[in-house]
Amino acid sequence: MKLMKSAALAAAFGFVAMGASAETLKIGFIDPLSGPFGPSGDAAMKHWMYAAEQVNKAGGINGAEVEIIAYDNKVNPKESLIQFQKAIDRGVRIIAQGNGSSVASALIDAVDKHNKRNPGDEVIYLNFAAVDPSFTNDRCSFYHFRFDSHAEMKMNAVTDWIAARPEIKKVYVIGQDYSFGQANAKAADAMIKAKRPDIEIVGNELHPMGKVKDFTPYIQKIMQAEADAVITGNWGADMVLLIKAAIASGHEVPYLTFYGGSLGAATAIGKDGVGQLYQISEVNTNLETTPEQNALIDGYEAAYHDSYYYHRVFNAMTMLDEAAEKAGTNNVVEIAKQLEGATLDTGYGTITMRAEDHQILQPLFMSVFSDNVTRGVEGLPLGWTSGDADRIEADATAMPTSCKMERPE
Amino acid sequence: METIIFSLLNGVIYGLLLFMLSSGLTLIFSMMGVLNFAHASFYMLGAYFAYTISGVSSFWLALIFAPILVGLIGAAVEKWGLRTVHANGHVAELLFTFGLAYIIDEIVKIVYGRNAVDYRVPELLDFPLFELFGAQYPAYRIFILFISVGMLIALWFILNRTRAGLIIQAALTHPHMVGSLGHNVPRIFMTVFGAGCALAGLAGVIGGNYLVTDPAMAVQMGPIVFVVVVVGGLGSLAGAFLAAMILGLLQTFAVAIDATFADIFGFLGLSQTSEVGSITIASLAPMLPFLMLVIVLMIRPRGLLGDREL
Repeated sequence: MKLMKSAALAAAFGFVAMGASAETLKIGFIDPLSGPFGPSGDAAMKHWMYAAEQVNKAGGINGAEVEIIAYDNKVNPKESLIQFQKAIDRGVRIIAQGNGSSVASALIDAVDKHNKRNPGDEVIYLNFAAVDPSFTNDRCSFYHFRFDSHAEMKMNAVTDWIAARPEIKKVYVIGQDYSFGQANAKAADAMIKAKRPDIEIVGNELHPMGKVKDFTPYIQKIMQAEADAVITGNWGADMVLLIKAAIASGHEVPYLTFYGGSLGAATAIGKDGVGQLYQISEVNTNLETTPEQNALIDGYEAAYHDSYYYHRVFNAMTMLDEAAEKAGTNNVVEIAKQLEGATLDTGYGTITMRAEDHQILQPLFMSVFSDNVTRGVEGLPLGWTSGDADRIEADATAMPTSCKMERPE
Repeated sequence: METIIFSLLNGVIYGLLLFMLSSGLTLIFSMMGVLNFAHASFYMLGAYFAYTISGVSSFWLALIFAPILVGLIGAAVEKWGLRTVHANGHVAELLFTFGLAYIIDEIVKIVYGRNAVDYRVPELLDFPLFELFGAQYPAYRIFILFISVGMLIALWFILNRTRAGLIIQAALTHPHMVGSLGHNVPRIFMTVFGAGCALAGLAGVIGGNYLVTDPAMAVQMGPIVFVVVVVGGLGSLAGAFLAAMILGLLQTFAVAIDATFADIFGFLGLSQTSEVGSITIASLAPMLPFLMLVIVLMIRPRGLLGDREL
């Protein structure tokens, strides 16, 4: 009996050892997988998984199989640092995080600290959604790469849209009370004043993040302010509930959002939101594109029964793959050097990882929620669509940076 | 003007929901001396049961059966759990309900997943009832108002106008005497515990789709329910009602007020641009219940209408 036990144990260990020795490239995915922002993190994780699957099918990265290891950080910076340490201990040297600039801020520090203390054993950080502008400005780091346009770039597009509509005279800004929401509030205020001094900003409100369950009092405040348009950077449950309350109160003005596509929003608003809800993002699935890109979207949606949303995750994975192949090694510092200034032709145009601050430059699209779409979201006949005039070229999204990058030898 | 009317409506509805949740807790406490930490978990169970039942049949069946189911679970917990623990004193009971809250939390996470479920307002009630100052008011909110008021009247009637209520009231203050008169006191306790949990379940059924149904709802509601019970005065139903209304109104009005500290304390020389001066009243809304708790405990430890010290 005892012998059998130890034999089984040995077999088990042997199996583990075998799994470890086959070369893998581990990507530690640190994002919320529970709580009010769980759906956002969960959707992102599925995109990473699918992207890894695609790369592995094509032979992996430099022959190494990509493995996504997911860690739940509950959008809590402290929890994220614990998960970061766990990932490091498991041999992860590439981390991916997106949802929550508060978390990103802590992780950038943690990565820099780790790299300073462990020369020769560095970690790089692929940021796919945390858009606080400071990460590619005064707080930029050689080991951090942002694959989404930051808040000011998006706000620039949103305020351009508003500036081009003379009927808009009053604007209300509402956001979550943390670094990203605050950055947004400031950017909206400054940009609107510069572009259309005649527009009155009738409200610039910050609400506690992830705590408000009923946004009706906020909506009624916005309605009384007689706003002609609302700008919000809300995401996750804060986005879904805000829009749900707006629809329930019959508030019919354009809602210009960064993340109107947050999972669950479309179901919550239904047909009533058609023509009213806008989203500035790097993709909508009804854009004209290449057959390969359409096949990717079909493949993803078939595999996970979920809407294709985080296009930037696939950009990040493909750029990582190409940079590693070009470097000829999976050493992350060499990959980072190749990522700087790298370009990629995607189904929606060419994107560039700007070398001076590691900020992606990608085309942005102002999409509107519509019932006249070929590709719906969340299993509904409703989805996002945009016209030719709603495309903002990658170069046009670029903004100056104050980054003074310190590069390793 | 619009602000006041809307905030009143929303505040009253939120207050009634809070009262429905805390009435069970305060009943249980005043009768059995048990501070039920798992009370908000029964609220969560109500919402999840309603989600399941309305998924396979209709919301209306859920409205009836989900609270009954929660009440039965509550009664079972009292009969086979609390009663055994009771022999070991109040601290054991407190710890028991504390552990129970965690167990329910984890079970809900395992069964329903970690994210919010799509528990929706029934289609029959999903329309704007009336328009006020250009804003539509959803019918479902008024439905909540009616259900809550109906519950309030029923509760008052049972406690004050029926024989059962008479016995319950007697058992509140003199359990031994009631027992000596031949009433089955443990059964009364079980019924009250079950009924209290059913009320929490009912609050879950109508609150789950009005707010959000996710595994965090118990943890988020729990502290506020305790605030209601403590501020109202432990064991006082009227006090709980008063406290729930004050809290509901306070929180909605705080959001609606467009003022900063500088506007209020400007006469003290606080400027709009300073750190403290730029804090808005609206951003304080989530803190207000607890501020109220602290203040009430300091100046009136037995609560607004309570008749005994904590």
